[in-house]
Amino acid sequence: MMLVRQTHLLWWAALVHRVSGLVLAIFLPIHFLVLGLAIEGDVVLDQALIWSERLPVKFAEIGLVFLLVVHLAGGLRVLVLEALAWHDWQKTLAGAAIGFSALIALLFGLRVF
Amino acid sequence: MKKILQVSIWRGGADGVYQVFEVPAQASQTVLDVVTWVQRHADATLAYRFSCRVGMCGSCAMMVNGIPRWTCRSHVAKVSKGGTLKLAPLANLPVIKDLTVDMSRFFEKWKRAEARFYPSASRKDDVMSVSPGTSGRIDADAAIECINCGVCYAACDTVKWDSDYLGPAALNRAWTLVNDERDAAGAKRLQAVANRGGCYTCHSHQSCQIHCPKALNPTRSIAGLKRAALAVR
Repeated sequence: MMLVRQTHLLWWAALVHRVSGLVLAIFLPIHFLVLGLAIEGDVVLDQALIWSERLPVKFAEIGLVFLLVVHLAGGLRVLVLEALAWHDWQKTLAGAAIGFSALIALLFGLRVF
Repeated sequence: MKKILQVSIWRGGADGVYQVFEVPAQASQTVLDVVTWVQRHADATLAYRFSCRVGMCGSCAMMVNGIPRWTCRSHVAKVSKGGTLKLAPLANLPVIKDLTVDMSRFFEKWKRAEARFYPSASRKDDVMSVSPGTSGRIDADAAIECINCGVCYAACDTVKWDSDYLGPAALNRAWTLVNDERDAAGAKRLQAVANRGGCYTCHSHQSCQIHCPKALNPTRSIAGLKRAALAVR
């Protein structure tokens, strides 16, 4: 069977929403694991947090912030689409969600460096 | 020298292969013209469907370079890639032979969605007056021009993932009937579309809306059903 060639923005918006959700689901246990180290004492936690000073981890954090915001904005987009009366500016909404997420990630990046 | 189109066409059933044909290019040529030329001049055993040739009957849809399209209204000049075409049977439906698919599953789902008219009056009653300006009629009219071509069904990721899903066309038709003030099915239809595989299975990828040759918006209809069916959940 021939696979459908999907290239439209709304399909990409749905894909980004799904993939960001999956990546965040993988990240969250690691996040809670690090936070849980606080129970063992501030020294143990600080040793783990030293990792966040490394350059690759900083870039990964910026990526995570983007994914978090894009997942939130993408979820709001779907809620607007399904729960409110229909409007024909769905593409604008999808573009705005991605643009807003990139802006927040950029602002976070400026704070990190 | 006359330009020649390189046309790859799916031959056989589910385990078939592509066969390449060289077809003379013509002015204002449609993809259906190309397929018809192949059957009449190159291989009379090629199986495909068509009827009206003017975008009314919905029988000639197939995959054209990976996109589901109505072939009678798709001009080669607009959809070919450098003079090449790759034609396959509609996705998400069982292949019978070559470019023909078995549509029974598609129409069975229309039945499951109660996508048929239940009259609220008999022939003894007066003809009901329906105002075109009511919100229900406006919603129904926006979705009513479906020609059952199956393009939305082939474009839908959710249909591909979940064979139980009713699909955009059946749900779109159900939505027109939900908004038809002459119809008497009411909660029965809403219950049918709210069941497993119904409107809540839709992920709102909106590919049906993007690819519908009649420029309908089944995603909008399904979103309407999702809100309306909450009353019977």
